Amino acid sequence: MAAKKNGFVDIGDGDSLKTTKKSYEQDEKLINGKIKDRKNGYMKSTQSNGSTPKMTQVEGGGLPKIDWSKYDTFPGSFEKCSLLTAVLTHVGLYVLMFLGFVNQLIFKPKAATEKNREGYAPLYDPFEQFFSRYVYRRVRHCFNRPICSAPGAEVVLKEWESTDHNWTFKFTGVERRCVNLGSYNYLGFAGGEGAEGGCARAVADAVRRYGMAQGSSRAELGTTPLHLELERAVADFLGVEDAIVFGMGFATNTLSIPGLIGPGTLVLSDENNHASLILGLRLSRATVRVFRHNDVRHAEELARAALAERRWANVLLVVEGVYSMEGSVAALEGLVALKQALGLHLYVDEAHSVGALGSTGRGALQRCRVLAAHVDVLMGTFTKSFRAAGGYIAGPRRLVQWLRAHGHAHGYAHSMSCGVAAQVLAAVRALDAAPGRARVRALAQNTAYFRRRLRELGVVTFGHDDSPVVPMLVYTFSKMAATVERLTRAGVATVGVGFPATPLNMARIRFCLSASHTREQLDRCLLAVEQVADELGLRYSRRRPLAEPRPS
Amino acid sequence: MIYIDSHDMAGWWTLVIALQVVFITTYYLWSKKRTRSHVLRSNEKPIEWNPKPLVEYDVEVEEPLIMGTLNENVLNFGSTSFLSLDKNETIIDSALKAMEKYGVGSCGPRGFYGTIDVHLELEERLAKFLEVEETCVYSYGFSTIASAIPSYAKRKDIVFVDECVWFAIQKGLDASRSKICYFKHNDMNDLERQLLEASEKKELNSRRRAFLIVEAIYLNTGKMCPLVRAVELARKFKLRIILDESLSIGVLGKHGRGITEYLNIPRDEIDLIVGSLEHSFATIGGFCAGTHFIVEHQRLSGLGYCFSASLPPMLTQAAISALDILEEKPSIIEELNDRSKMMNKALAKLDHYRYSGDEISPIKHVYLKDDLTDRLKHSYLRNIAAYCFEKGVAFAVSAYLRDVEHNCPEPSIRLVASRKIDNENLNLICTLLETAYIEVGPKPDLQPVQ
Repeated sequence: MAAKKNGFVDIGDGDSLKTTKKSYEQDEKLINGKIKDRKNGYMKSTQSNGSTPKMTQVEGGGLPKIDWSKYDTFPGSFEKCSLLTAVLTHVGLYVLMFLGFVNQLIFKPKAATEKNREGYAPLYDPFEQFFSRYVYRRVRHCFNRPICSAPGAEVVLKEWESTDHNWTFKFTGVERRCVNLGSYNYLGFAGGEGAEGGCARAVADAVRRYGMAQGSSRAELGTTPLHLELERAVADFLGVEDAIVFGMGFATNTLSIPGLIGPGTLVLSDENNHASLILGLRLSRATVRVFRHNDVRHAEELARAALAERRWANVLLVVEGVYSMEGSVAALEGLVALKQALGLHLYVDEAHSVGALGSTGRGALQRCRVLAAHVDVLMGTFTKSFRAAGGYIAGPRRLVQWLRAHGHAHGYAHSMSCGVAAQVLAAVRALDAAPGRARVRALAQNTAYFRRRLRELGVVTFGHDDSPVVPMLVYTFSKMAATVERLTRAGVATVGVGFPATPLNMARIRFCLSASHTREQLDRCLLAVEQVADELGLRYSRRRPLAEPRPS
Repeated sequence: MIYIDSHDMAGWWTLVIALQVVFITTYYLWSKKRTRSHVLRSNEKPIEWNPKPLVEYDVEVEEPLIMGTLNENVLNFGSTSFLSLDKNETIIDSALKAMEKYGVGSCGPRGFYGTIDVHLELEERLAKFLEVEETCVYSYGFSTIASAIPSYAKRKDIVFVDECVWFAIQKGLDASRSKICYFKHNDMNDLERQLLEASEKKELNSRRRAFLIVEAIYLNTGKMCPLVRAVELARKFKLRIILDESLSIGVLGKHGRGITEYLNIPRDEIDLIVGSLEHSFATIGGFCAGTHFIVEHQRLSGLGYCFSASLPPMLTQAAISALDILEEKPSIIEELNDRSKMMNKALAKLDHYRYSGDEISPIKHVYLKDDLTDRLKHSYLRNIAAYCFEKGVAFAVSAYLRDVEHNCPEPSIRLVASRKIDNENLNLICTLLETAYIEVGPKPDLQPVQ
């Protein structure tokens, strides 16, 4: 049985599963015979092939129908590229790989090699190594670029150069001031020197009182009154009973999900979920099936099929509020309707949306008009809008207590630094005062303006109109590098994302807007983007220049 | 994806046949998937669906001791700030200066403008301090080793690991999905036996990566790893060593470079050193150190490195300043080692408790001598800790997830030796532990009910 072999604990022996042995065996054969879990621990769903969901089973099983026309299920705008572009992108990549291959044959790589380990099995997968040396290396200068200022509305980049085709870099000593469209500084709390007097004082006081770090986990000796105050403030901010905070955003997911669910739970996970969610789900040993990005109908189809299998203790939907690579906002209204109709659970990762969406910064829930009580687990991070570090999980008191008792972070991972906690506390409180609300509004205005102007330029952007993450599609790897290079030269710091973070032919430039950008700065960026788009031919969009606000 | 192997270029005809096979199989599988996908439907039969709630019942959570509520002078014997740098004025000043310049958070992962010059400085300084080629800094101690392991060890690999490793290593192993062989705690003979068995069964071969994972000082027992022997075995059986030095950096060796310096093992015998900044350096974060060949790989495939926001600059600066102090005054390490030895002597005199922990290790575990169930022991120890806390001494009762740990250690109070303690403190805690035992500990005449 594939399921057992791969380290997944066999489910179905739980007493609560009222399945006959016969149907269980049959299901096992059908489902687990087809597991493809080479990638990220996912088991691909058996239903993933249909191009349009066919609701043949809606009548069956006595489960209520859902009238989707009542809910907002718009998955975000994902304009398809033309066949020609797709073909050229693939050809471009193969050419790149072929050149790399030739390069590997002819020239000796300058990469470090291992010493004193003859006869050992090679440490890395040969393809992985080939890719990072001969494909990734060509664009390496676009990533990991060090900065030497606060990541505010503007950021100072340290210029570097490479004389040996990106094998090594040297700093030139020049520093370049750029408009920052790369950092997750949605609310503009990363204002830099002197711009956040209140926060800075709170941080200094906390550090002097409690020290830099507690040197212990929360369950041992790492809890201070500050942590308790922060948990209270976060819970009040989100309008839920209780919250628990963690020292690292990534660890919030990876260390809490395994405490919450286990084998016997079926997880329906969005295909574009963040690596931390994927790792958390893998560690939890729950069965995972993937639905198409933000497609509630596909999720419904999978859920109904899963219920028909009659072997799951519960079914959990795992989605993100704002997808950081797609710029789309989860169709929470539809997901809540689905959850309520079929009796599922819902986990929302608001890493990018808390603070950044909604009329008062309460995140994707507020924006989609969903009550916090309708979401089972609310997760978010403090890294982005709040300009600190760490994450939280909020929800009913029972859930939070459970995570304190069974989550992995509470007992093992060291508690959040008090200075960081003070920063979060100050930022959360600032959001409820007038200047904080002004930040949320400014972000919304900047987002609307920037997205509208990009559309006018005729470039392809993904996602929702109100998401502060704006991916601009350039498709090819080389165009991504060229765009980032040119934009940096024009004084715009942005991020290029390509394989493996995105599909092979979907390289993109990602702009992250901030409340602290002025109109003038944005205009400067847009001008630079326009020039690059002309030079490199990025106007791929086939939509009419000013289409109606929400085409579907 | 295409697969390129320079040594094995397929012939023309092989290629054509291979392509045919691929196409036909794809078509076959694809068509089969289509037809099967509706079999699972409910076929009009009513579905009985009583989903379990995510959290089925309320749990009682042990209230942690809250630091900073009593007076500021609580003697802290539980926090792992060995070198007592957590409230060091110079460190705090420089960290706050960094905070003023860069703000608190870094607002991005390392790849996307989250690399601030202080990160590069810390990496460089750490590499120089540890005498390795390169280091990379993670933003959380727990995630460091938990991400480092799965970035090398994959599904088909085999990992030999001590059964008493701490939880983060266990989670890293879970994520790697390799075959895992636990050997007895610090028992190199058992390791050798398992290695011999494995190589007889051809489980160790030149195509399968094999790893040995040990901790320099075990968090769960306070014992030091017999690394010399481990290295010998690793070389003999061609294992790569991943060494968790979280508790030994800044503790062992003349300059605090860890167990390799202490036992005089060449640094390049160890493939990857993983450390934490959360103990001796008294800040947050962790790091991996080794050759460029090894460490560079994590910058693309360490999940906790790539996908997490980078360490806040002020905490990074705190680590740099701690390193400054360590390099300026290596004598503080000797001081710490003295205190650790003193603590062993003091603990040996305890009547009602056993303890474990090597002389030089700053971590000691104090166990109850009574023969009780683990659950009872744990609650008695918590009572004892709460009693002592009221008297002004903070002890940490080790928090374990009893049913998730691979080999859950016996309940204990984890005592930490730090530079600031003296003989007087030690006498105080010993008498306090004894009185606490008499006051709130298990009563010999009362049989526990359970």
